[in-house]
Amino acid sequence: MTDTSLAQLSNQAVYSAMAVLTLAMLAYALYLARIAPGHADDASQEAVRERRLVTAGNATDADQDGPVEPAAPDAAQTGGPGDAEPRGARQAAGVGWALTLLGTALLVAGVGLRAAEVHRWPLGNMYEFALVGAMFTLLGFIGWSTRRDLRWLGLFVVTPVLLTLGAAVVVWYTDASELMPSLKSYWLAIHVTVATMTVAVFTIGAALGVLYLVQDRLEAGGGARRSFMARLPSARALERLTYAAHVVAFPMWTFTVIAGAIWARQAWGSYWNWDPKEVWSFVIWTVYAAYLHARATTGWKRQNAVWIALAGFVCVILNFAVVNVYFVGQHSYSGL
Amino acid sequence: MSTTRDDALSTQPAPVDGGGAGGSVSQPRLGPVGWLRYAWRQLTSMRTALFLLLLLSVAAIPGSTFPQRSIDAARTAQWLTDHPTAGPILDRLGFFEVYASPWFAAIYLLLFVSLIGCVAPRSRIHWHQMRSRPPRAPRRLERLAAHRELEVEGDPDAVRERLRQALRSRRYRVHAHDGVTLSAEKGYLKESGNLVFHLALIGVLVGVAWGHLLGWKGDVILPVGQTFANTLSRYDTFSPGPWVDPTDLDPYTIRLDRLDVEFETEDTGRGQFGAPRDFLASATLTDAEGREEEREIAVNRPLETGNGTVFLLGNGYAPRITVRDADGTVIYSDATPFLPEDNNYTSVGAVKVAGAQPDQLGFAGFFLPTGVIDDERGPHSVFPDTLDPQLALTAFQGTLFPAGAPQSVYTLDTAEMTPLPGKDGEGQLRILLRPGDTFDLPEGRGSITFDGIERFAGLSIRTDPGKMLTLVSALLALGGLVLSLVVRRRRVFVRVRPAGEPGRTVVSVGGLAKDDDEGMDDEVAAVLTAPEGTR
Repeated sequence: MTDTSLAQLSNQAVYSAMAVLTLAMLAYALYLARIAPGHADDASQEAVRERRLVTAGNATDADQDGPVEPAAPDAAQTGGPGDAEPRGARQAAGVGWALTLLGTALLVAGVGLRAAEVHRWPLGNMYEFALVGAMFTLLGFIGWSTRRDLRWLGLFVVTPVLLTLGAAVVVWYTDASELMPSLKSYWLAIHVTVATMTVAVFTIGAALGVLYLVQDRLEAGGGARRSFMARLPSARALERLTYAAHVVAFPMWTFTVIAGAIWARQAWGSYWNWDPKEVWSFVIWTVYAAYLHARATTGWKRQNAVWIALAGFVCVILNFAVVNVYFVGQHSYSGL
Repeated sequence: MSTTRDDALSTQPAPVDGGGAGGSVSQPRLGPVGWLRYAWRQLTSMRTALFLLLLLSVAAIPGSTFPQRSIDAARTAQWLTDHPTAGPILDRLGFFEVYASPWFAAIYLLLFVSLIGCVAPRSRIHWHQMRSRPPRAPRRLERLAAHRELEVEGDPDAVRERLRQALRSRRYRVHAHDGVTLSAEKGYLKESGNLVFHLALIGVLVGVAWGHLLGWKGDVILPVGQTFANTLSRYDTFSPGPWVDPTDLDPYTIRLDRLDVEFETEDTGRGQFGAPRDFLASATLTDAEGREEEREIAVNRPLETGNGTVFLLGNGYAPRITVRDADGTVIYSDATPFLPEDNNYTSVGAVKVAGAQPDQLGFAGFFLPTGVIDDERGPHSVFPDTLDPQLALTAFQGTLFPAGAPQSVYTLDTAEMTPLPGKDGEGQLRILLRPGDTFDLPEGRGSITFDGIERFAGLSIRTDPGKMLTLVSALLALGGLVLSLVVRRRRVFVRVRPAGEPGRTVVSVGGLAKDDDEGMDDEVAAVLTAPEGTR
């Protein structure tokens, strides 16, 4: 049933995606390093020095090209990284972006090849969940990036994706195979696809949440802000982005649970049986519900609300990495 | 939930903090009604709801870490045996039935009471708001979060009319309380959706409770060729809800004609070889009126009978075993189900020959579809299909049912039985049979024959009258949730006044959003440019 050459191609695509994404990660890290205030070719300082030279009287040098170029048009309008970015930073971000696109394409190919190889939806075991989850995280990042400047977020999306892919390849790798009977249902495509998409959005939300908490602490501390964080959106803006991601993810998770219940009734005879995975899906749902409530409660600090959201993400990770493997239940999959 | 409830909290008759300098300051007294009201306000406050939500998530976790009796009674019993100290204590605290435990119920019931206490007054307020006009414009619009002012062409009335049209086209409900202002509001669906979400959660809870009270489930093991009649006595286990009359079941029958099972034989990847690939039961359903119908039951494709849905949840082997007495008279002949214990269907079971004379006979042991017997693991199967089927039994004689106590059909109660001795009178008699084999029991006790193998289907028949209510409520909740998160509640106020030169008007627009709303500023700007755009 399975085609070995396709399997090998799929694996090669995934390995290539990881290599490319590693470079993308480095490029994004370089980007952040170069936009940090006080960096050698920091744009604003150069620009200031440039202007001083000009005003010093040498008017003929006015048209001399400094290292300043107009920033990407969308950077300014979203209050993203400063409007005067060093060229090196922009180049690094551009490379990161291109490599992210390439890595995502390779990952999509890897998933597609695996699907073609087993003639089924490629969501049958933990290796495939991790692969598809990583793919959706990248696609979500790319999709959102077309609407606002998120180059500063690149590093914080590509890194968890790489970690996930690494774990998938090293720990969860399973040869492509057919499904066990209870998984043979169109609900697999509905329930598990939306579940992996949701986890992808939760991942982006958690990355934003962490950035918000760091930024908030820096802003509260005031003082010298020499890190790249100074060029990221303000804590307030980051908190809003965190909320935006969760507002998308929470209804999706609700749908995941409902679809899972419908499928459970069909496959196992009861729509809710407190299977460990169901328990943890419920826990995740209530924790994120608590986050949304905490954020709407006057007198509750936004920081604390975001901490609840991060606790929710810890539950998401436990639900995948621990519950699937160590807890006995009906969500135990063939060969992981 | 709205933030207004916390505003309400500030007016609660809470005991005033009388500490500090004036220790003699008398505190306001709360009568019993006052205390009740205070408790109610506390319970229905947002903080309490938040706390209960977090508590509920924590309380649910033990149900995944400890085995649950309602899901896996055997594993629960094993856990209790393995932990003689902690086990009974945890058991008393309900850790093996978390979701039926009083403390879990207390949390979610309090949460729902809190929810009702929050949603009911909000529904009343929302109902009035939906039918009333947007409130009067505040005197000083520049104090609102979003505000802009602009001088435009046209006299004030005409400009105001253009703004009214602009607001209408942006789907605002617009009202003019006087001659120079406009009050506009939109996004009522946000609160509607929020209320629907919370009310629908009550529907989910009612649906679950309804299904628990009026639903039932029963399990039956049915070998191929045999017929199951839907009566209480035919079920191996039957668990009715408290309000179910178990004698009132539809008298249909199900005959299992075939059971096709497929296992992985090619793929040798991790955990794949021998993994199940397909189960398909072909059955004949005969309803109460005697109409026969051929139906299929598969995993993910249950059979709806109208009174209970039949799920194929398990399968295994039922070796056909015949026991004869010394004269050759058949005293036992049946397809006897053996329960699979592992993925390769190493199965355990027992044969109870109550009619044997002078002592009753019992056989206990293993059925192995692909049998291997080694010293280390004893008899076990290495593949789930019948490649080399073997029956490994030990024999006992004595009393099968001491004191008539109920016992499992898959195990032998050997309290009042003695094992038959081995060949040379030593040890225990071990019988190994392949299909067709007959073994003569020692000392003229007759013989046992392994005639062949049938498969059995583990069927579970269930009803849940609450499931549609639960599903519809859950979907309503999802819809409401999306509305409450996506729709923005916005109020826009407009005031016009004549500008210095005639024929020109100063327009002042203020915007007020329910929560922090990034787009409010743009919204006000867009409204403000409308009179210019239509000029």
